[in-house]
Amino acid sequence: MSDDRERAGIEVEGLVREFKNGPRAVDGIDLRVAPGEIYGFLGPNGAGKSTTVLMLTTLLPPTAGTARVAGFDIVREGPSVRGAIGAALQEAALDPLLSGAEHMRLQTALHGVPKAERGERSAELLSRVGLSEAADRRVAGYSGGMKRRLDLALALVHRPRILFLDEPTTGLDIQSRTALWDEVARLASEDGVTVFLTTQYLEEADALAGRVGIIDHGRIVAEGTPAELKAEIGRPTVEAVPRDPADQERVARALQPFGERCGATHRGGASVLLAGGESQLADVVRALDAEGIAIETLQLHAPSLDDVFLAKTGRSLEGAGEAEAEADSEEMEVVGA
Amino acid sequence: MSGGALPTQVGQLARRSVLRTLRQPAQIVPALIFPLFLLAVNSGGLKDATNLPGFPTDSYLTFALAVPFMQGALFSVMNAGTDLARDIETGFLNRLALTPLRGAALLSGLLAGAVVLGLVQAATYLTVGLIAGAELVTGVPGALTIVALAVSITVAFGSIGLFAALRTGSGEAVQSLFPVFFVFLFISSMALPLDLLQTDWFHAVASANPVSYLLGAFRSLLIEGWDLGALALGFGIAATILVIGMTAASAALKTRLVRT
Amino acid sequence: MTRNVALAVAWRSIHNFLSNPAFLVPAIVFPLFFFVAFAGGLSAIAGTPGFDFPSGYTAFQFVFVLLQSAAFGGVFTGFAIARDFEIGFANRYLLAARSRGGIVVGYTLAALTRAFVTWTVLTVVALVAGMEVGGAGVELFGLYGLAVLVNVAATLWAAGVAMRVRSIQGGPLMQFPTFLILFLAPVYVPLSLLSGWIHAVASVNPVTALLEAGRGFISGEPTQVALAFAVAALLPILFALWARGGLKRAEASG
Repeated sequence: MSDDRERAGIEVEGLVREFKNGPRAVDGIDLRVAPGEIYGFLGPNGAGKSTTVLMLTTLLPPTAGTARVAGFDIVREGPSVRGAIGAALQEAALDPLLSGAEHMRLQTALHGVPKAERGERSAELLSRVGLSEAADRRVAGYSGGMKRRLDLALALVHRPRILFLDEPTTGLDIQSRTALWDEVARLASEDGVTVFLTTQYLEEADALAGRVGIIDHGRIVAEGTPAELKAEIGRPTVEAVPRDPADQERVARALQPFGERCGATHRGGASVLLAGGESQLADVVRALDAEGIAIETLQLHAPSLDDVFLAKTGRSLEGAGEAEAEADSEEMEVVGA
Repeated sequence: MSGGALPTQVGQLARRSVLRTLRQPAQIVPALIFPLFLLAVNSGGLKDATNLPGFPTDSYLTFALAVPFMQGALFSVMNAGTDLARDIETGFLNRLALTPLRGAALLSGLLAGAVVLGLVQAATYLTVGLIAGAELVTGVPGALTIVALAVSITVAFGSIGLFAALRTGSGEAVQSLFPVFFVFLFISSMALPLDLLQTDWFHAVASANPVSYLLGAFRSLLIEGWDLGALALGFGIAATILVIGMTAASAALKTRLVRT
Repeated sequence: MTRNVALAVAWRSIHNFLSNPAFLVPAIVFPLFFFVAFAGGLSAIAGTPGFDFPSGYTAFQFVFVLLQSAAFGGVFTGFAIARDFEIGFANRYLLAARSRGGIVVGYTLAALTRAFVTWTVLTVVALVAGMEVGGAGVELFGLYGLAVLVNVAATLWAAGVAMRVRSIQGGPLMQFPTFLILFLAPVYVPLSLLSGWIHAVASVNPVTALLEAGRGFISGEPTQVALAFAVAALLPILFALWARGGLKRAEASG
């Protein structure tokens, strides 16, 4: 293999996937992932994340556009792409009647791992993901976290240079999620594996990804490091939720002088980017008071990836971040006028 | 890494198929018990049919013993089909698609489970039938031929189950085929020889139904002796069904496994 | 209260049955198929020495298929009950119904309605195929009356299983005993022409009395009427207790 291909990551140009009589699930995306990078692909349900992964892993032909994975064209050099990648897709895709060890045996054999090395390679990977003790148990008895870890181990049997992880921690508890993050980070930092990770969890993208691409309705709406993206938003936002939902427009008008409107929030309030920063908060309170609007909640947000998404699309990521908002904001109750 | 050789791939998938079959008693037990139960009931209830002029044997049990082998083939359609449909529904097929696996290896390997089930079924039906008093005029070589014919038919029908699974991707859709095959089994020489079927349309349909000739092949070994014509027809029909099933399954696999 | 609940439950089941080809078509086609296969494929059996059923083999098999469809109609209603529990819809009934016994009555009414649809088609096809009917109105009423009681008994049996297992995995538990009891009876020839172990088993099988009486009705030569109706009346009572126990289990499990 040429040195160029050894070093190649993922290059995508104008990738499109259209379904018959349906919308464009992926509507012309361009992206580049450098070798050894962890790239987070963030977006709500139905944004096109999994469709993109299926195309890049050669399981779904694109309708238009090109992509090269590990230096190989995904359409013309499919088998070579598959030889260079590992994938843990959205479903864990395990056979409940087989044990973990039997899965590893099957996978190593299918990937052409020499017979003499299969046992050792299987044991090594199972140990790495913490499944040595459960290796001989049937997968039907595994927890969700164990299944995901086995899925990851199976994706690594042939030492792929590029790893695709499609929502790998969905449905997992905090402990299992953290363990998986640690392993993914280690793969990138110590083994130099390039990781393409799709997620709808902001904190996952924030914690793991070197760079993040945000996708919505099949298009990339923002791309950069988490810090760069947040800095683009830059200023804090203030969100005011009226006690009476009918006052939403009045709230929006009252906030207008303080900065760029961010649109309605999912809690029925209005928010703006504070042009003058946090120091404007007192003026905001006086303005709302002057209008006589009863406010249920007033929150000051430091920019988050959800704010980036909100700024770019006018909506929050689904389930994005009651938790994140609480972690990042100061909450004030304003009662009456 | 270039991927395992074809024999390795077939071997690994065959191993998995066999393990899965043996680990699902719910697939094996009904496939053994139900046909034997019907054999007992029918051979008891239709005993007097041997008094009909032209009935080929005095033992209705011997005549009816051919039927469980065909019923076993029905279960093979369902088992092979639902196993593969489950792989499609769970995404396991995608996992296999990401390896250098060849389509031919996948289909061949999947039928290994059908071979094992066919062997177990054939041995069971034959043993129980002989213990219950059925005749076997062709002796031990005939018994071995019966087993070979039963396995051939089981594999052939299994390939149809694979096609159904690949075409529909749904276990429920595969299960809904059961009545269709049931009809094929019933409107045949299942209960009476072809020349004793009096209802004209029934006789016409049964005469055109390949199942009648598969049953005839078994009965030739049990009742009549070595009839090379009947055996050639039986094995030939099984081979034809297998070729058609595998061809259709391969085409459906290409669509299902759209990897580039 | 029981009446309202029963009618509501019955309405939904009947609506689903009639508007869903996946349910409606097999319920009609399968009995027709068995009728055709048995009456058409085995008609030569009427030529065996000692077989002298006055109305011919078609009518002989019609009675079996009628009672078989009655029994399996009940079993398929049991599948529907199991499915309702599996998807949680049964909880909706348990929460809403003041009279929970009405739920079981409703399913039973639905099963009867399904059976009437099947029997209508089956009877028309049999008559068009030239089936001879020796019995008069009262006797035919008796035949269909037996079928009604069999359907009710089978529904209550299957309901009891469904409410205990509360999953479609209970399907074989409903089906297999029903299949056993139906086929360990004089299916192909009268009891008098059976011999050996099958004769011994069929002699004590309650379905035998139902079949013999049913065949007597259709041929106009009633036989074992009292025994048949005693059996047919007892079975629903027994299985009603079984179903009630199942309902209590379902309630207790939450």
